Amino acid sequence: MFQFENFDAFIAMGGHGPYVWGAYGLSLAIMAWLALAPLRRQRVLLATLRQRIQAQGQRGKG
Amino acid sequence: MWQWFHKLGSPRWFYQISGKFLPWLALASMVLIVTGVVWGLAFAPEDARQGNSFRIIYIHVPASFLALAGYYVMAAAGAVGMIWKMKLADMVMVAAAPLGAALTFIALFTGAVWGKPTWGTYWIWDARITSMLVLLFLYIGIIALSRSFSTRETSTRACAILALVGTVNIPIIYKSVDWWYTLHQPATIKLTGAPSMHPDMFKPLLVMILGFYCFYALVLLLNTRTEILLREGRATWVKELAQPK
Repeated sequence: MFQFENFDAFIAMGGHGPYVWGAYGLSLAIMAWLALAPLRRQRVLLATLRQRIQAQGQRGKG
Repeated sequence: MWQWFHKLGSPRWFYQISGKFLPWLALASMVLIVTGVVWGLAFAPEDARQGNSFRIIYIHVPASFLALAGYYVMAAAGAVGMIWKMKLADMVMVAAAPLGAALTFIALFTGAVWGKPTWGTYWIWDARITSMLVLLFLYIGIIALSRSFSTRETSTRACAILALVGTVNIPIIYKSVDWWYTLHQPATIKLTGAPSMHPDMFKPLLVMILGFYCFYALVLLLNTRTEILLREGRATWVKELAQPK
């Protein structure tokens, strides 16, 4: 069952709103970054490797 | 057995197998954490004494669990890498350090924010909190060591030794609330005996803990895969992976 009378009460959290929302907000943001950062890093690594292979291939032909 | 062990040590094999687990782990951690967050924030009953600030428990406790369990993962991987010279284990150790540091930071941060309305202070040098801060420094120390030496072998060896020595801190963290009974409350959940918590409050916590375990596994695999790409760039299979089809 929903514990709050209305949406405003849900946001206010009985005066603890900033603490609760701050803790959840920063924690979930850090976790999203934890999951996304390695994916971006892998894309960059593979792209760098691809460029290096292509550069070597061109040097080999020339 | 030894063939299996040899296979497990192969970064290529690991990269292929872990790729199959990733979507499922991502799905499971998403579903569990979203469910747990909504349940904990909106539907779990308010704590009679602490009011709504108690809802921070649904982040604080799972993050603390994984910050500690993650240290065991890192130290065990370091030991395996050092004893059996398994490259993959070294990569897992390096992959576990930033993840553990982030989770320890989340545990400390949510604890501080929770402490303000509950204890009236963000920070106190209580035994549990201080030993968690030591854990954060151990993780940061290992991240720094892993990047500081010119040869990878030396830095890996140094990291593994620091990780193993640092395990001394883990039982201190677990026992700190019993040995020095100061401000931090004793464990809410124990392996033996029933949790000291109402089932309506406990169920969403269980969902969040499961979600955090899946999330930990997901990010550990992702970080290890990154480490594999970083170190195995000369291997043919990695080059094939990078080639445009």
